[in-house]
Amino acid sequence: MSAATLRPTLPDGVVAVVKRGCPTCELVAPVLRQLREAGVPLTVYTQDDPAFPEGTDPVDDTSLAMSWHHDIDTVPTLLRVFGGAEEARTEGWHRQRWEGLTGVSGLGEGLPETRPGCGSLSVDPNLAGELAVRFTGSRLRSRRIELAALEDEMEALFDRGWTDGLPVVPPTEARVLRMLEGTTREPDDVVAVAPPDLAPVTVEKVAVNAVMAGCKPEYLPVVLAAVEAACTDEFNIHGVLATTMPVGPVIIVNGPVRRRIGMNAGVNVLGQGNRANLTIGRALQLVIRNVGGGRPGEVDRAAHGNPGKLSFCFPEDEEGSPWEPLSVARGFAPGADVVTLFPGEGPRCVVDQASRDPESLASSLASALRTLHHPKLVLGFDAILVVGPEHARVFRDAGWGRAEVLAAIHERLTIPGSELVRGAGGIAEGVPEHLAAATLTKFRPGGLLLVHAGGGAGLFSAIIGGWANGAVGSQPTSREITR
Amino acid sequence: MTTILDPTSERTVATRERLARPSSLEGKVVGLLDISKPRGDVFLDRLEQRLVSVGATVRRFKKPTFTKPAPVDLRHEISTQCDVVIEALAD
Repeated sequence: MSAATLRPTLPDGVVAVVKRGCPTCELVAPVLRQLREAGVPLTVYTQDDPAFPEGTDPVDDTSLAMSWHHDIDTVPTLLRVFGGAEEARTEGWHRQRWEGLTGVSGLGEGLPETRPGCGSLSVDPNLAGELAVRFTGSRLRSRRIELAALEDEMEALFDRGWTDGLPVVPPTEARVLRMLEGTTREPDDVVAVAPPDLAPVTVEKVAVNAVMAGCKPEYLPVVLAAVEAACTDEFNIHGVLATTMPVGPVIIVNGPVRRRIGMNAGVNVLGQGNRANLTIGRALQLVIRNVGGGRPGEVDRAAHGNPGKLSFCFPEDEEGSPWEPLSVARGFAPGADVVTLFPGEGPRCVVDQASRDPESLASSLASALRTLHHPKLVLGFDAILVVGPEHARVFRDAGWGRAEVLAAIHERLTIPGSELVRGAGGIAEGVPEHLAAATLTKFRPGGLLLVHAGGGAGLFSAIIGGWANGAVGSQPTSREITR
Repeated sequence: MTTILDPTSERTVATRERLARPSSLEGKVVGLLDISKPRGDVFLDRLEQRLVSVGATVRRFKKPTFTKPAPVDLRHEISTQCDVVIEALAD
């Protein structure tokens, strides 16, 4: 630990903390002199002017170390200390309390009985970042990089290969320390081992990349849960990254955290405009890029990719949903904050503005889902169906729960193998010939995830196609979000 | 001047010299690693025929799935049993 990090010991006796810029401190300056004259063992710390208050032999605390480490919120603060430990504290000027604390009566003749103090410089919002770095910066283990005076900060981060192609917020110590306030976890706590380099990812490294992505501290727990989920053998971010297919991690958020951090589950839910939606997904991808070492053209071999590989994160609209949240359907307690990761491509729209009964709508959705990746390829890929509120209303009115909707779609996607085998329909692509006599379903059991989200107007839903599923590739993976 | 924190893992990659290529495969043990991509076995079957015909001993290995790195045990097995390894990527 550096000297700045060490908590200075308080001297025994009476301790006062003051600043010249505070009228109440000016007011009590004669009282402090009176205490010294009365023989009280008094030490005065001064935050701004080392000469203030005259006649009290003040100790310079312009570094604010004493004030910061001893949680001085107000000046003047008067403390009584014995054996280095604080026994009593009073803030501002309050004759009775000052007399009680010092054991000297008749203090401050002619002064009002009480006068509130002023804010301590150690809690000045303008200094908060600088002081946090000064006094807690040594908690951070990351290498410090000093950018030259003539170096443009934004360009410097591009030049070092640390961005996803868009500008990032420079991760200064102050910003990273502020980000870490979003979690109770220690900075050196290892969250996961990130592919492809199999590098340990600490809470601190996640925080650094979350700063770069533009996250607020309150988003950090969501990012941490997403990183943890991504780096499991189950989700297999290595394969999701390395594949030639266009997928990336899609994050679905459930639980009260969605509203607490201001995520958007409504109009333009999968699009631009909401900071939480956009930066959480981006932070995960920056962790994989910067800590894991997964970069396009290197281990990332996507033939096309998709714009969602910059960031793809959205919450379910639980409040407007006819169904229990996705997280509850996946076994989590109602009210739990949960991320579910899915290896997904970009979304595509399903238009059906005519169906008013659930059978017709299920048929529409099924026929659109059948074309996923290829109309003749089945069972190998999962999908998310983002059901828009106006489509969900049709199911709600008919009393169809998640199970009924999924069963109806599966029923409509049960296909004779003869239609799917290689060569059928004049198309070489398809399932192996020996499956001609079989009956196959487009999706494996559990391979279709329903999520309710979107704007209130528009009889549309959206499909997000997946990637090689199951033990071969990736499983949708959920993790609870904890602070 | 701005001080920023390194967002990377801060690891330096160890570089290792490659082994010298054998001048002949005769008498060598050649490992053929099937990464479990469809039809990779077709390619490796043909390679095995060719290798055996030049006097190599062939051992076949298979990754559980092409989407994940080879398990540590499998890598160890290959490194201790083979002089040379050929990995097939096919579709």
